[in-house]
Amino acid sequence: MLNIGNKQKRVDGPQKVTGKATYAADITSQFYHAYVLQSTIACGSITAIDTSAAEAFEGVKGIFTHKNLPERLKNKVDYTDPLSPPGKPFRPFYNDKILYNGQPIALVVAQTFEQARYASKLIKVTYEEKKFKGSLSENLKNASADRAPEPASNRGDFKKAFKNSDYTIIREYRQSRNYHNPMEPHATSVEYKSDGSLVVYDKIQGVASSLKYLNGVFGLGADTVQVKSDFVGGAFGSGLRPQYQLFMATLAALELNHNVQMVMTRAQMFSFGYRPEVIHTMKLGCSNDGILQALSHKTVGETSTFEDFNETIVDWSGLLYKCENVNLEYELTPVQSYTPLDMRAPGGVSGVYALECAIDELAHEAGIDPLEFRRKNYVDYDQNEDKPFTSKELMACYARCEEVFGWKNRKDLSKTEPHLLTGYGMATGSWEALQQPASVSLSMNEEGTFTIKCATADIGTGTYTVMSQIAADKLGVSIEKIKFMLGDTAFPDSPIEGGSWTVSSVGSAVASVCEKFKYRIADVWKRNNPDYQAVAFGDISFQKGKLEYRSKAFSFTEIMQQASKEELSIAHSESPAEGQNTHSGYAHCCVMVEVTVDKDLGIIKVPRLVNVSAAGKIINPKTAENQLLGSMVWGLGMALREEGMVDTRYGRVMNANFAEYHIAVNADIHDIHTEFVEEKDDKVNPLGAKGVGELGIVGLAAAISNAIFDATGKRLRKLPMLLDDVLEA
Amino acid sequence: MNTNLVHFTLNGEPVEVAIEPWTTLLDYLRYHQKLVGTKKGCDHGQCGACTVLIDGNSVNSCLCLLVSLDGAEITTIEGVATADNLSLEQQIFIEEDAYQCGFCTPGQICSTIAMRNRAEINSEEELKDWMSGNLCRCAAYKNITKAARRIYEES
Repeated sequence: MLNIGNKQKRVDGPQKVTGKATYAADITSQFYHAYVLQSTIACGSITAIDTSAAEAFEGVKGIFTHKNLPERLKNKVDYTDPLSPPGKPFRPFYNDKILYNGQPIALVVAQTFEQARYASKLIKVTYEEKKFKGSLSENLKNASADRAPEPASNRGDFKKAFKNSDYTIIREYRQSRNYHNPMEPHATSVEYKSDGSLVVYDKIQGVASSLKYLNGVFGLGADTVQVKSDFVGGAFGSGLRPQYQLFMATLAALELNHNVQMVMTRAQMFSFGYRPEVIHTMKLGCSNDGILQALSHKTVGETSTFEDFNETIVDWSGLLYKCENVNLEYELTPVQSYTPLDMRAPGGVSGVYALECAIDELAHEAGIDPLEFRRKNYVDYDQNEDKPFTSKELMACYARCEEVFGWKNRKDLSKTEPHLLTGYGMATGSWEALQQPASVSLSMNEEGTFTIKCATADIGTGTYTVMSQIAADKLGVSIEKIKFMLGDTAFPDSPIEGGSWTVSSVGSAVASVCEKFKYRIADVWKRNNPDYQAVAFGDISFQKGKLEYRSKAFSFTEIMQQASKEELSIAHSESPAEGQNTHSGYAHCCVMVEVTVDKDLGIIKVPRLVNVSAAGKIINPKTAENQLLGSMVWGLGMALREEGMVDTRYGRVMNANFAEYHIAVNADIHDIHTEFVEEKDDKVNPLGAKGVGELGIVGLAAAISNAIFDATGKRLRKLPMLLDDVLEA
Repeated sequence: MNTNLVHFTLNGEPVEVAIEPWTTLLDYLRYHQKLVGTKKGCDHGQCGACTVLIDGNSVNSCLCLLVSLDGAEITTIEGVATADNLSLEQQIFIEEDAYQCGFCTPGQICSTIAMRNRAEINSEEELKDWMSGNLCRCAAYKNITKAARRIYEES
């Protein structure tokens, strides 16, 4: 009864389809409701704030502003969280300074949500405004490499090699700002207990991050606060750092000695982190026969005025293709905005977009098929780190994708409708396969049911299901016997759920704790059965909830009864595999797309998307495929839809809603397909599994851009690519 | 406070309530009835997470004032399954993995029920069109479409 590799249905499915899955805002204790008032200027200070009318309004229980922030939150207080970039983290209500438009400047707490919202509009604020730089392009001259971490080392002699290349290109690519926008708005429900302790239900990708923040800001330790997060309604990075609703609900609960809930509005979901706008400059050169000779990638990205948010962007250009002469540069420039935030495949999705567009352009210059060009420049070791890969079946991805898509005969497939131009494009994608330390606990009760706990999260990725599968497999029991619990600071430590490393990190820990359990139960069995004391562990097998030795079977429950044990508990902490040091771990994919462009209207459609991935052992093809498809749709959204638009005069996001910030809808998605090639990896982690949550978005926007060129002869070199870009180009 | 008396059935049970005129059906369900299976994703009728059934039609509950629903038959996700059994739609959503995080799922399921009840779907495009009022940021669209197709065909 192998579970690993099965298309196991989600174990939390019944809760999700009945509405019984409880997200942070779904706790139904009696709460006061909190509503945030936001700044309407981007830079300057508050000169006066009149809350009297709001205070007098029916149902209002308390109002918090910079005027009444408790003193204890001002001195030597640590507002950082585990993912704070260099700089000074935002401190709500700390003083009268305005750092960005949309900054929370007052919190109204009332009996009902409607009262809090209405009362917030009664607050009168006057400001003193200062001049500021509202966008990346306005502040390019202040871009500096000093604010950014150093990219991978340059190698060879780029200038000389570029000069000596037969074909060269110099191109600029621009990406607009993107917002995460999980369907579940950020929310925190704080239960204030009679002894003054708190239970905090937070939307977060790792409860430990919330706890760290609450500890730093409010001095709350694990003995006085428990953070829980059973279900997370998507996050994609937005929950990697605690967001301000956690501060707000906790502050109000502590000051009012009452349960408080704060749920962000959709508009407020645009008032914190985002994928930053970036500008890439690419210089590539190749020889007559299409061998890459020189590659330079420079990126300038936006950050806030108070933190230096950075991503690994340009390094990807030193990694994906064989090239001896590489020059990488990365700069940041501050804009009057909140700090950017890691968003699905941060850095990779940006760097690889520029690289894969540029590769396509260079291949075109050299007159070489883009797939052939990539094969010619294939590399089987990590040139940035000078290390071998743990595994890399990208060539198999190319071959399989070529076959499934019909790349060779693609031109014969073109639609014949006279108003449509059809084009085909491709790209390579890649994402890190990292492993972090993780701890788990396991206990089996007298009925033979296993409870496994870890403070990790399930943001829709399938953690509950996949961990249950791994445990069932390793223990030799049916999946119904496993209860995997997560999202609680009372559970053993876990890395944040991000970086596509949860299966690798937590999954490996689960596998190991199950191994430990088998040794333990065998010991108990041997101790209580003198005849078997000398049996070697290797001669025992475990199946169907039983320990088996030479055709005799002893059920786990029998062994427990015999030993008069009610429960057997084990803990385990897993460290990253040795291969994580000696080798470089990456998952890879090839994506091919077909686009149609309306000749007259410029409307771009994507009738077909094919991705073939190599991601090691796939624990659950059902959930893995779903994640891959989802991230491919994200790639489409990034390419053709998503654009956070800032009015630079006011530093305000103009389209802070789903009507104007367009994400892909069901009708945007047509024939979409993904599959995995076999990839054996005994180095990346004990499971041989690589994460898939981020892989599918990497490269996809470039593939669409390349296909639009194929269809129209136009290189748009910006994201998103809109119909007016097609018509104007 | 000015309130209005409204009568309706909620998941089969008759309800009489005196309610302020500005209370939306969504806020009533979540805050007054504690029926939190219906989600607030945008509060502006743009995302469909709050979709419920009113007289068998799918409706954004954030755009309905409760006072306007006198005499209505309201069904939320909590009223879709019977005590012992998941509905056909719910079973199919699980089988097809037509979700990831699950936040938009109650709304998606309500839309498929309304489709089954009321819509005439003649093509894949019409099906996708019908389901496009429900955003899914995890983008489980391929599986949602598969599930919706099965629900339409099997019922």
